[in-house]
Amino acid sequence: MSNITLEHYLLISSILFTLGVFAVLTRRNAITILMGIELMLNSCNINFIAFSRFVKSPTTVGAGEVSLAIEGQIMALFVIVLAAAEAAVFLAIILSIYREFNSISPDETNTLKG
Amino acid sequence: MEVSEFVFYLFALLTVVSALAVVTLPNVVHAAFSLMVTLFSVAGLYVFLQADFLAATQVIVYVGGILVLILFGVLMTSSKLVMKVSIEVSMWQMFGGIFVSSALLAVLLLLTFETPWNVLSEVVDSSDSTVEQIGIAILQKKFLLPFEVASIILLIALIGAVFISRAEEQE
Repeated sequence: MSNITLEHYLLISSILFTLGVFAVLTRRNAITILMGIELMLNSCNINFIAFSRFVKSPTTVGAGEVSLAIEGQIMALFVIVLAAAEAAVFLAIILSIYREFNSISPDETNTLKG
Repeated sequence: MEVSEFVFYLFALLTVVSALAVVTLPNVVHAAFSLMVTLFSVAGLYVFLQADFLAATQVIVYVGGILVLILFGVLMTSSKLVMKVSIEVSMWQMFGGIFVSSALLAVLLLLTFETPWNVLSEVVDSSDSTVEQIGIAILQKKFLLPFEVASIILLIALIGAVFISRAEEQE
């Protein structure tokens, strides 16, 4: 396990975040945009947990031995909670939009456009 | 190469490939099932990071909750129109998306590999569960207030979701 470093995880999370941004920018369906947002939230969770595992922190227990900054994992837990709340509200808004416009493409819901 | 390293690279590859499928598959349902693979393999990565409680939470909340919610969203809003619209992307938009996201990836990779991270000299695997540590940190230490705020946020989101998505009353 010693060959797998912090950079491996940061690389994975960078790729996930980029793919999420790409989905948000190019997809023409509100549900796939939500999937892109979930990808981004997952990538930031990987970052939180990887840093809590590999990086020295003031609260780290023990000097370099069995050490884990648990704060990172708790932050990731709160991110998961907020992601669940966000997904519920997002889908409620999508349902409402679908009833109003009969479409969930962001391009067609442009009533506010002057 | 050790077995654990092989499994790590397997999960990493699975994460990236399935996330790519989420982004590129034209069919929304296929993308949702590909997202399931991504979420499962991210949970696998959490296990490698000694975050067993979070891996379980990831599977329960994301795969069991959010993904089912997304599939219900697809179910309730699906029409031939939606499926067709998701494919049609203008060239400019595609070009802009590729440009912005590759620039972002370049910046992130530069940050990742150029920053001198203050890493621990030696990371030791332990077989202890993190459930106890997380419980103590949340309920006895400084995370009690955020924990309670999170529960209020969940309640607000629940009420808000029901309120927004209910059908208009017939008068």
